[in-house]
Amino acid sequence: MSKVIEGLYYANTHEWVRVEDGFAYIGITDYAQESLGEIVYIELPEEESQIESGEEFAAIESVKAASDIISPVTGTIVVVNDDLEDSPELLNEDPYENWIIKVDLEDESELNKLLNAEEYKEICE
Amino acid sequence: MFKYLPHTEKDIKEMLQVIGVKSVDDLFEEIPKTLLNPEFDVPNSHSELEIYHRFNELANKNEVLIPFVGAGAYDHYTPSVIRHIIERQEFLTAYTPYQPEISQGTLQYIFEYQSIIAELTGMDVSNASMYDGATATAEAMFMACASKKRNKILVSKTVNPNIISVLKTYAFYRGIEVDFVDEENGITSELDFREKNTKEYAGIIVQSPNFYGIIEDFSAYRGILDETMGLLIVNSDPSVLSIIKTPGEYMADIAVGDCQTLGVPLWYGGPYIGYLATTKKLMRKMPGRICGVTTDSEGKRAFVLTLQAREQHIRREKANSNICSNQSLLALFVTVYTAVMGKKGLKEAQMKSFNATHYLFEEITKLPKFQKVYDGEFFKDCVIKTLLNPADINAALLKKGMLGPLDLGMFDDSKKGQLLFSATEKRTKNEIDTLISVLEVL
Amino acid sequence: MYYDKLIFEISNENRKGYSLPEYGIKEYKLPENLLRGEEALLPEVSELEAVRHYTNVSFKNFGVEKGFYPLGSCTMKYNPKINQDISNMAQFSIHPYQPVSTTQGLLEIYYETQRILSELSGLDTFTLNPYAGAHGELVGLMIMKKYHLDRKDFKRTKVIVPDSAHGTNPASASVAGFESVEVQSNEDGTVNIESLKEVLSDEIAGIMMTNPNTLGIFEKDICEIADLVHNAGGLLYYDGANLNPILGVARPGDMGFDIMHINLHKTFSTPHGGGGPGSGPVGVVNHLVKYLPKPVVKKVNDKYIIEENNDTTIGQISHFYGNMGVVVKAYTYLLTVGKENFANVGKYSVLNANYIKESLKDDYLLPIKGICKHEFVFDGLIDKSNHVTTLDVAKRLLDYDVHPPTIYFPLVIKEALMIEPPETESKATIDDFIAIMKTVAEEARTNPDLVKSAPHTTVVKRLDEATAARNPKVKYRDLI
Repeated sequence: MSKVIEGLYYANTHEWVRVEDGFAYIGITDYAQESLGEIVYIELPEEESQIESGEEFAAIESVKAASDIISPVTGTIVVVNDDLEDSPELLNEDPYENWIIKVDLEDESELNKLLNAEEYKEICE
Repeated sequence: MFKYLPHTEKDIKEMLQVIGVKSVDDLFEEIPKTLLNPEFDVPNSHSELEIYHRFNELANKNEVLIPFVGAGAYDHYTPSVIRHIIERQEFLTAYTPYQPEISQGTLQYIFEYQSIIAELTGMDVSNASMYDGATATAEAMFMACASKKRNKILVSKTVNPNIISVLKTYAFYRGIEVDFVDEENGITSELDFREKNTKEYAGIIVQSPNFYGIIEDFSAYRGILDETMGLLIVNSDPSVLSIIKTPGEYMADIAVGDCQTLGVPLWYGGPYIGYLATTKKLMRKMPGRICGVTTDSEGKRAFVLTLQAREQHIRREKANSNICSNQSLLALFVTVYTAVMGKKGLKEAQMKSFNATHYLFEEITKLPKFQKVYDGEFFKDCVIKTLLNPADINAALLKKGMLGPLDLGMFDDSKKGQLLFSATEKRTKNEIDTLISVLEVL
Repeated sequence: MYYDKLIFEISNENRKGYSLPEYGIKEYKLPENLLRGEEALLPEVSELEAVRHYTNVSFKNFGVEKGFYPLGSCTMKYNPKINQDISNMAQFSIHPYQPVSTTQGLLEIYYETQRILSELSGLDTFTLNPYAGAHGELVGLMIMKKYHLDRKDFKRTKVIVPDSAHGTNPASASVAGFESVEVQSNEDGTVNIESLKEVLSDEIAGIMMTNPNTLGIFEKDICEIADLVHNAGGLLYYDGANLNPILGVARPGDMGFDIMHINLHKTFSTPHGGGGPGSGPVGVVNHLVKYLPKPVVKKVNDKYIIEENNDTTIGQISHFYGNMGVVVKAYTYLLTVGKENFANVGKYSVLNANYIKESLKDDYLLPIKGICKHEFVFDGLIDKSNHVTTLDVAKRLLDYDVHPPTIYFPLVIKEALMIEPPETESKATIDDFIAIMKTVAEEARTNPDLVKSAPHTTVVKRLDEATAARNPKVKYRDLI
């Protein structure tokens, strides 16, 4: 049974969003890292680039799979977690601690369309 | 009974019993009757002796000419050793190395091949091979367009016209626009390149030695491309790269070409083998298979296909390329060739080809009816112009068992009367002198 | 002893393995500014060292001549020796620019091969220019696109691909500039007619199918599917990966396919070569012949010619005429098998597959019952109580000197073990395989750790693929 953390927003494409000081941190869920298996590479976006909700912003490769990461929100990328470039396995080790991008949200109300922990758990079952 | 089918009547009966059907035909019951057992007009089964008879007859309808043309396929020497190695069943009859524990042989020679290509091109990483040099160049175009997210590409007019023709086909269907940079005095016009280069283009494809055999100098290209964040794609004969400045030294982003010149026989145009090498930065955008080093559970060094997530069987419609199998056995050709010829032999064969082509050029241009066309230094192809009819020249050479030059008018009306000659280390002085004597009396 | 050297690691700069003649041609000089700065780091060995090195490297491989190779979808049949001898004849290795008057023998081989393929497949004309199956798919889709463009039918931008199809199909569609649309399969992987009707529209350029499909099941409704697609204005593409079982029994052309490719390295016995060179001839029905890639080999008044220019072609897709060396081998095979034996090639491959399927279905989970064609798929072991996976079974087979079946494909079967025993394999070999598979199933019950930690007898054990991909070392220089 994969881990789901209370207090985060979730997308049904298995990304999570944590809001802190008006910024959104986005990562992949435990369920996502488990299904991908050993992650070997992540193609990161560039800082200051625009992302749109529902569009891919990064791609993750594991030994036997590849998956696009879909942004649950719209906004501007403020920081990219560069640590992942050299150590993509961090996403396997702790997917909730290791966010991928920090985003300046354009429209906070978008978050309301996302799932809460309870709702997301149901999807993973 | 037939030699490739081991089934006896008894076997068949027993097998049918286990399956629970009465006859082999029952296994095809679901196929609509209208489709079953079609008529087809094909030859009857040939015994081995009849096969030899038939193929001797076919072989005699061919004539093996002494080539004085290259233009993408060169008559280099293939050491005997190669055929014996590649015909080992372990190499010849294996499939793609999907089970690495029993495919270390294939994986290791692919690793050695990648090492050789990386060394010759001066690039960081090579894939396990492509179909041929032309399709490798087309794949490089796709790779550039995908990584730059731009759908236009510049191509120098000095690139081999067959490669250009393949590029155009691949580009058209994928919705990529190809624009050309002019040729000036046999080389790419740097001025025209500077003028045309914009941020709309994913980069430029150039060739050196180019179609006319001329060695081009791309020293300024990196700077020009950096202004537009474009990629430099260089197509080269890898054997010549043992001597001339490499794509790596020009800070190219992608190096491509055909390895036919590294030990692969002429075979009437194929199988040859394309190579594609790139930088560490673009490695994960590369098409095709890549072999890497790892360890097994006991810590032993081992080889394995890696970065597979890029490939079509995983990425499906999102894959950059649809290539699966490539020209693996030809990669072994190249690897064994390079091992046997070694650092010295590779260069010696190329310098002998260089010398033979220069001798041929010098002697022909001494004849009153033949003149030099371009100023640039050439390697093992050269262009010579004449007012004589190219067809007459080739007919005269054919009578001596020689394959004459390519008439560039075939590809470009403005180049009528320009002839593309080539000579390799296999051409003797005597053969070249005979060629001269034929041209002399025309 | 395990041989673990790279050719670079036995190199010694005072050795050489070649000899070249001195022809007394004078030497010329290359300008310094054109020369490369640093010499390439290439091996230098004596001739025997090279031969011994690659002989030892070869021992680390498994080939068809060593043992049973039931790799699903790959048709690993015997590669006859005579094919090799014929292709080595000196008169077949000539320069591609030789005039056709001096290459009539080769052109006859090219022409006759395309004619025989046409007879066997029911498509009207073939090009032998494509280099491989995937290349053939691309060429076929280009023809499909050109056909619609020529009719000014610009809306047709989508190609239907069944979800059970090989990943190459959608990848080829993308490269040819199409969008692929998945159509749901029935449980047995066959096309669901109702789903097909839903996706058919005036935006559909065509459909790509394999028949029998990747689960080894023949599409019995193929004629209806063809009618539906044709009536909607689309074309049918046949992926020849699975042609072997219907060879001489039924023809894609008769089923209504408009375009197809054939893998000479699967159906027509040319060696796989560790992943190429293959050859992927493409056949089309009459009204599409004008789109075939150039150059085209034709027969005019008993002479063979090469037609270079034609305004309606899709264009050029290879530097010269494709993998002629491979075509020579395939033609040798076609003549050897001959009219009398073609049907038995297909029939015995199907007999072999069904025999294995029925013999193992008490140990391995058979998701699709009933008669299969040349191959079928198990969904792992029936008894999964010890969590022994398909990967474990495959690795354990290595200890028994059997090449494992294709695993994890098709994607629609989770624990897929896809088995294809070609017609060249005898009942005795197959009985051995069945016994080994049963032994492994028994081991999975009684000694699961033995299976999970397999292989035990191979030159290397299970590999760390994650490290290889995270930190790629892809050339000798990365190791020093």
